[in-house]
Amino acid sequence: MEFFARTGRNTIDGITRIGRASVMFWGAIVARPRPMKSIPLTIKQMYVVGVQSLLIILVSGLFIGMVMGLQGYTVLVNYGAEESLGPMVALSLLRELGPVVTALLFAGRAGSALTAEIGLMKATEQLSSLEMMAVDPLRQVIAPRLWAGILTMPMLALIFSAIGILGGHLVGVDWLGVDAGSYWSIMQSAVDLNEDIMNGVIKSVVFAIVVTWIAVFNGYDSIPTSEGISKATTQTVVHSSLAVLGLDFVLTAVMFGTE
Amino acid sequence: MKNLVEIKNLTFKRGDRTIYHDISMSIPEGKTTAIMGPSGIGKTTMLRLIGGQLKPDSGDVLFAGKSIPGMNRAQLYACRRHMSMLFQSGALFTEMSVFDNVAFPLREHSHLSEDVIRTIVLLKLQAVGLRGAEKLLPSELSGGMARRAALARAIALDPRLIMYDEPFAGQDPISMGVLVKLIKDLNDALNLTSIVVTHDVTEVLTIADYIYIIAEKQVIGEGTPEQIKNSDSALVQQFLRGDADGPVPFHYPVDDISSALLGS
Amino acid sequence: MNSRKMEIAVGLFVSLAVAAFLMLALKVADQGMQGSGETYELFAKFDNIGGLKARSAVKVGGVIIGRVDSISLDKDDFTPVVKLVVSQEYGDFPDTSSVSILTSGLLGEQYVGFQPGFSFDGVDTLKPGDFIEDTKSALVLEDLIGQFLFSRNDE
Repeated sequence: MEFFARTGRNTIDGITRIGRASVMFWGAIVARPRPMKSIPLTIKQMYVVGVQSLLIILVSGLFIGMVMGLQGYTVLVNYGAEESLGPMVALSLLRELGPVVTALLFAGRAGSALTAEIGLMKATEQLSSLEMMAVDPLRQVIAPRLWAGILTMPMLALIFSAIGILGGHLVGVDWLGVDAGSYWSIMQSAVDLNEDIMNGVIKSVVFAIVVTWIAVFNGYDSIPTSEGISKATTQTVVHSSLAVLGLDFVLTAVMFGTE
Repeated sequence: MKNLVEIKNLTFKRGDRTIYHDISMSIPEGKTTAIMGPSGIGKTTMLRLIGGQLKPDSGDVLFAGKSIPGMNRAQLYACRRHMSMLFQSGALFTEMSVFDNVAFPLREHSHLSEDVIRTIVLLKLQAVGLRGAEKLLPSELSGGMARRAALARAIALDPRLIMYDEPFAGQDPISMGVLVKLIKDLNDALNLTSIVVTHDVTEVLTIADYIYIIAEKQVIGEGTPEQIKNSDSALVQQFLRGDADGPVPFHYPVDDISSALLGS
Repeated sequence: MNSRKMEIAVGLFVSLAVAAFLMLALKVADQGMQGSGETYELFAKFDNIGGLKARSAVKVGGVIIGRVDSISLDKDDFTPVVKLVVSQEYGDFPDTSSVSILTSGLLGEQYVGFQPGFSFDGVDTLKPGDFIEDTKSALVLEDLIGQFLFSRNDE
């Protein structure tokens, strides 16, 4: 009996949370936009979530590209097909690793910071105080952060893929001696702008919305104590990582499954 | 004398717990009214009810004759421009300098030029004695200074009502003295209406014109400081003197210790 | 950090993202060649298309002149029909031209190899929508092995 009661309680909790999250999203993004004030605030947040995540994205992108160059080469060279290293690196990055790893890194780097920051603003009564100053915290605090996350993550994913392909080139071509011409040309014949690059971007936009939404909502809905905030921060990383991996399967099945 | 805020037969519940039951108060315009009571009885909740952040389960809150719970969002926001609240922590925006914090409500709600805003902000900072600290970040301020900066921000738009949430909590005697003086001066100079929520008895008796003491979901005593001091209510006297035991028991409700330890 | 520096940093960040996108679009997907300019369609019937797919390349002597647009099955004689989209700048192939399905490398992608025929008087050029008559099917490994075993049995 206790088991069913708990399941029921958790289901109801989950649904009400989704409801509150939707109300927050609606209030922040859809209702009453005011571009003149939002744009400078959004640029500031793009700096915080985008520019400050750039280094980790560049470094991880480069290393993942290099690892794929190395691993791909050792497998492909057995079949005399090391020329196919280019498309292997490029397609894996553009279709999967770029969007997915960027989203996971973003959740850990920027998402947790967003949750903690908003949770702290709540704990120190900054959100209440905005309300008492007749300023809607959804528009002043939540909306710029949501927009910044949604805009920057696809950009980070593109940068990640590009640097990864260069990393693959570095290992495959410069160190292991794959022919540079065939690295690029076979890649070019295998990669399609709409099919591969744009689908990757679409994936990344979906992940951006989900991760930023989860991060911002967890902060906004956190219990304003130190345990509450640390729990919310952990939840952001766990929930958004799971959501990204789950959604990735669904999106991959829809985009590439029926070829 | 006109009342700026009136609380009429208000009942407020949080979940199953009743915070206030059928409580009524009136806050006269231009005076300093103190709301006192032991910790944890929802004094801050009362301020949030007046500010419209919470809605009462029954009863009404009137601000300048208009019902706060009955307002829609736009009306409420318009109404809030005439009130401001000094939060316990100060609630300064951590990423902005003191100057920008004080300028924030002006930039949001007035269409004044940056020059005029600068003049107003410096005047307000001068009033709280922090003009020299305009470039500091909130993290660089001491607790008392942060509260003074927040006070400058609270009076930036010249509100009619200002609500102080535990302004003296955790302050050293000097900061406390500064804050007492500021609240008093501001009230006299700007003809503000103030509501001070606190449990610091001595400070309140010096600044308040009228005092409400809340306990047990009800107003248990009210009057001018003189009347309160001479109150014959045991509960009020316990609160004023700070007795450990009395009508508010020392023990959290529990069964008798001898039966708990020795078995019944 | 003042807002001016922040704006510059965000501007640089966005430019970097645009540069990454351009690199991916131009250098990795090679959008420079295709998609731009006029094209025309040709059809070819094969007995077996092997692993040919839509978007496979059409090459003349290694130069890409177009792509496979779609593959369908003729309802009357049940043979695969491949629709080729060829860039307008490579026009006027004689209708004695032949196409074959080839493989790049041992395990590589399959593509359509286009062999321009000799042109002399009395030979028409291929016009948009024409069928190329002379086609060679894909080499299917199983068939090859079968033929090989069969010919050994003969000996």
